[in-house]
Amino acid sequence: MAELVLSARGMSRRFGGLYANRDVSLDMHKGMLHAVLGPNGAGKSTLINLLSGDLPPSAGQILYRGEDISGWSPDKRSRAGIGRSYQRTNIFPAFTVFENCRLAAQSRAPRALRIFSKAISFADLRDAADRAIAQAGLAERRDVVAATLSHGEQRQLEIAMVLATSPSVLLLDEPLAGMGPEESQSMVALLKKLTPDHAILLVEHDMDAVFAVADVITVMVAGQVLESGPPDQIRDSVAVQEAYLGDGESDDE
Amino acid sequence: MDFSTFLIQLLNSFQYGLLLFLVASGLTLIFGIMGIINLAHGSFYMMGAYMAFSLTALSGNLLVAIVVGVALSVLIGFLLEWALFSRLYKRDHLDQVLLTYGLILIFEELRSLLVGDDVHGVPIPELLSASIQLSETLSYPVYRLFMSAVCILLAIVMYWLIRHTRLGMMIRAGSSNREMVQALGINIDLIYRIVFGLGVTLAAFAGMLAAPVSSVYPGMGNQVLIICFVVVVIGGVGSVWGALVAALLIGLADTFGKVIAPDYAGLAVYVLMAAVLLWRPEGIFRRI
Amino acid sequence: MPLARKKSRNYLPLVLLMLALFPIFGSSYYNELIGKIMIMAIFAMSLDLLVGFTGLVSFGHAAFFGVAAYSVVLLSPKYDPGNLLLVLPGAVLTGAAVAFVVGLFVLRTKGIYFIMVTLAFAQMIYFVFHDTPLGGGSDGAFLNVKPELRIGEKVLLDLNEPMQFYYIVLVLLVVAYVFLRVLLRSPLGHALAGIRSNEHRMLSLGFPVFLYKLAGFVTAGGLAGLAGFLSACQYGFVTPEILSWHQSGNVLLMVILGGMGTLNGAAIGAFAFVVLQEVFSALTKHWQLLMGVVIVTVVMVLPGGLSSLPQRLKGLLIGGGNRNG
Repeated sequence: MAELVLSARGMSRRFGGLYANRDVSLDMHKGMLHAVLGPNGAGKSTLINLLSGDLPPSAGQILYRGEDISGWSPDKRSRAGIGRSYQRTNIFPAFTVFENCRLAAQSRAPRALRIFSKAISFADLRDAADRAIAQAGLAERRDVVAATLSHGEQRQLEIAMVLATSPSVLLLDEPLAGMGPEESQSMVALLKKLTPDHAILLVEHDMDAVFAVADVITVMVAGQVLESGPPDQIRDSVAVQEAYLGDGESDDE
Repeated sequence: MDFSTFLIQLLNSFQYGLLLFLVASGLTLIFGIMGIINLAHGSFYMMGAYMAFSLTALSGNLLVAIVVGVALSVLIGFLLEWALFSRLYKRDHLDQVLLTYGLILIFEELRSLLVGDDVHGVPIPELLSASIQLSETLSYPVYRLFMSAVCILLAIVMYWLIRHTRLGMMIRAGSSNREMVQALGINIDLIYRIVFGLGVTLAAFAGMLAAPVSSVYPGMGNQVLIICFVVVVIGGVGSVWGALVAALLIGLADTFGKVIAPDYAGLAVYVLMAAVLLWRPEGIFRRI
Repeated sequence: MPLARKKSRNYLPLVLLMLALFPIFGSSYYNELIGKIMIMAIFAMSLDLLVGFTGLVSFGHAAFFGVAAYSVVLLSPKYDPGNLLLVLPGAVLTGAAVAFVVGLFVLRTKGIYFIMVTLAFAQMIYFVFHDTPLGGGSDGAFLNVKPELRIGEKVLLDLNEPMQFYYIVLVLLVVAYVFLRVLLRSPLGHALAGIRSNEHRMLSLGFPVFLYKLAGFVTAGGLAGLAGFLSACQYGFVTPEILSWHQSGNVLLMVILGGMGTLNGAAIGAFAFVVLQEVFSALTKHWQLLMGVVIVTVVMVLPGGLSSLPQRLKGLLIGGGNRNG
């Protein structure tokens, strides 16, 4: 069995009287891509926010390599190796692609006290940034200001920034949203390439992509886990078909 | 401190807190609903006090002065909203800070040009000039009780206005979603004008009410403004209820701070704010 | 900004040369005025680090300036010159230390709260000096003799000498400018720019944002302290007014007038403000009225400050000010 990296145990999140996540448990292993499916409002984004620390859980535990990190701040989790991307593009619009990624890499090696050296003089950070840019397929757009990228390219940059932080866990919130078919294909290829070295959680609406890359699929409905298992099991599950697959396959946000 | 002294201090703190609430509620409404930070809010308080002074001198009657002053304040509020603030809704807070800072300078100098830089007193109306005897040596002025009563009345009216009227409903909706309200065909520009006018009038009215007690002096607006910021920070931006609680707390801290440690009384309020910031950086209450 | 480079840097040597040669031709009145502008330029640049480069709109920056100015008086002997090597670092450290303590509180808030809370904390410090005998109460205190640098019997630098003082201010302005330029291109500078651009993402990338902001806040406080030190030495007395919120408002004005996020802009803003103040107060004792009108006009007509003027002139034909876009 692969190494267990991150797991949620009975995790819940309430907003007022409403449960956005209720008693959710799931495991993420190194070398496996764990996809989360569910209709809109099923609590998929909340799940990612809980795992990344953007939201504190109301109940339950989050374990990272056996340690309870439920109380950790988002930056502490990120430094520990839990990287995330956002559903809505969340970049530094005025910076170039390179600077977006270089700054991301800098978070691993803050060097805040070296105020007399140039930020761009650190070769390791430059290399990490360029590696991430190449991986995400943005090498040709390296020196373009992020705000002027196309929507699909901004989605790629979103991933490149996470990669530049060399995470061991990747929490990806709809990375394919708004991408053209070609871009989607290369992103799927990238996900496949990344899987061996990372534990990946993928929230995604694109069924074809999910079934193509996922090792495990969890289906959520109304904040709760409906079923979890390998793709074949999910595809054949009556409960899943009734609750979810039946009503329109890829509804957009 | 014997009991009657304590009672007097308690009443004073209550009265001061309620007065602060009047000013601060206008500030918090204007921010909460319109998203405007208004540094010139204290100037409206100052303006009110000077109107009370000038108009009382003209008419010989504070009540007449207040009625005329309120009408003038509404007018001033509408005018300012129309001429300046309505053009700033989409802009950065920084522009709002700058504009209202400029307005403070203008208002202060206009005050200096029109009325001068002297300290003035405003006579208490005869009807309310009596005092209630608490003990052989201590008494409490009726006018201060009157002030508190008026403030409480206004607080109730405001609560009712926001909770139970159509206008209040639109105001609450406007504070949560400007685009949606507009899409529903409600005239958001009018609502903003009314809210701004209301905020200005509340501050000016508080100034008029306070004039006989606090006297009228240059710089009185800025002093009140900063305390009101503390009220809003403690109470939570946009929360009228929070403003009330915070204002009363500050009244207590300030009044009893003066009794306990007179040299450091000015600081008590800020210490309270620092404590709240540590405990709840977003203020005690969040929204309306 | 690490990315948007300005060509205007080419003019700097010329400006520097003019400043260096100015006292040869200028009268003592103008020397003092230029000295004041340079001091305010340091002050404005220190605030620009927060407002323009980190996105923290502080309305209480006078607190660090003022506290440092007071520290000069408190650290100097009453009738003898203070030791420059003690008083100058003392003032800078005082500004930084107060900024550290205040920063621990105010940096817990954001946006509009931050504006109000910085103002309130500055006012609290104002009251400390206004209401307690610490710095002479509301009357303020005199710096009877200004500091000097002496080795043995030999006085190397004497701030009581106007000429020496002028050049010390000029040198320190250059030092502050170069220091900020270097800082801004360092990893810390880039991180601050990231916080300005997208604080949330910085956090999720793993930056301890609070500590970075605190570092920026303390640095700005220390530099404001440098300006406060020079100001105390220039005038020879301190009053609570240098801590007042008008002072905070004025320096914010300089930063915004000149155009935020460019150190040169902060210096230009300081120049424009002090000159306007000088011209207006020569016209009338109600000079603040004119200043207010200028401010309101700039905001209404020129969003983005004086630095946006050239661009605005270009786009004049397109027409302006539509509300509810």
